[in-house]
Amino acid sequence: MVSPNTELAYDSKIEGDVIVSRLDAVINWIRTNSMWPMPMGLACCAIELMAVAAARFDIARFGAEVMRFSPRQSDCMIVAGTVTYKMAPQVRRLYDQMPAPKWVIAMGACASTGGMYRSYAVLQGVDRILPVDVYVSGCPPRPEALLDALIKLQAKVRREPAAKRLFRT
Amino acid sequence: MTATADVATVLKEKFPQITGRESLDWPAFNVPGDQAPAVLQCLRDECAFDLLVDVTAVDWGVGQSPRFTVVWHLLSTTRHTYVRVAAACADDAKPSMPSVTGLWPGANWHERETYDMFGIVFTGHPDLRRILMWEGYPYFPLRKEFPLAGLDTSLPDPEVADETGARVKPAPYMGGPFVAAPGGPMDEAEPRAKDQSWTERQEKPS
Repeated sequence: MVSPNTELAYDSKIEGDVIVSRLDAVINWIRTNSMWPMPMGLACCAIELMAVAAARFDIARFGAEVMRFSPRQSDCMIVAGTVTYKMAPQVRRLYDQMPAPKWVIAMGACASTGGMYRSYAVLQGVDRILPVDVYVSGCPPRPEALLDALIKLQAKVRREPAAKRLFRT
Repeated sequence: MTATADVATVLKEKFPQITGRESLDWPAFNVPGDQAPAVLQCLRDECAFDLLVDVTAVDWGVGQSPRFTVVWHLLSTTRHTYVRVAAACADDAKPSMPSVTGLWPGANWHERETYDMFGIVFTGHPDLRRILMWEGYPYFPLRKEFPLAGLDTSLPDPEVADETGARVKPAPYMGGPFVAAPGGPMDEAEPRAKDQSWTERQEKPS
């Protein structure tokens, strides 16, 4: 042992500088409060997504204001709009380029189920090509609904055994 | 400058094969397919129809002959009148029509869309690719034999198709189409499914 710790009792010199917690809690705390979205804006839901990011609804209050247009810098893909079959492979490729851990919010009726576009050209729900974490109803959803989805996703992330996954060999 | 009624006179003088076409609003003409570009050029240069508003087509149904009719809508921006020109495609199996991209560059995407939806080949088009559906899509969706629900085929990207196992699947209207019943109280007049005896998972009773 290089420096044996002889002081096992309370040390007033380091009080206030040390926090004892579980690693899961720390990792999930970091993840939930800086969840950078990948705005996959494909249709009118994207307008509502912009409103969520703007001052009135202000997604920054939940730490998700940094819309990253590069998949490599984002954590949470928000599929906002109608996913056509022509666009579906590109959506999947962008998802594949996101670094893990990553989550997906299907925003609105179209992204969740195909919505009103029951058609030969529209993918009937983005969950056919991506693992979706939270579905948001609405056409388009109110900004509050998307904020609620983000909060639900954060609650889901908080329950994850993050450390176990991090150090899994 | 000739008046609207004179369009017919001018055209009939130059192209005797032109016949009038039934129309509820603006003058309309049936034209032989091979003469269509010449007629359209005459309308543009001599009758001041300088703007091509739309190029589209009609599919009269499987087994009909002629099956496909290409329709052009022209607008005169100086006289504020429209004219409609229609030409039947000679071949019902492999329909084709001369392109008018040389007259109006704006015809380019209209013709690509008409090709994409109906499979009508515009000869002389500089870049006749699909515009809405992806390259390699095997069907022409606005043809009458194409069902509303769509047809099973593979995704545009084989790599993604392999990875996800997703396919382009028919999406039938469950109980639809959803039709509004006119009259009566509003809660009854709302669009409703007419036949709810079948769903996506449960086959339609025959």
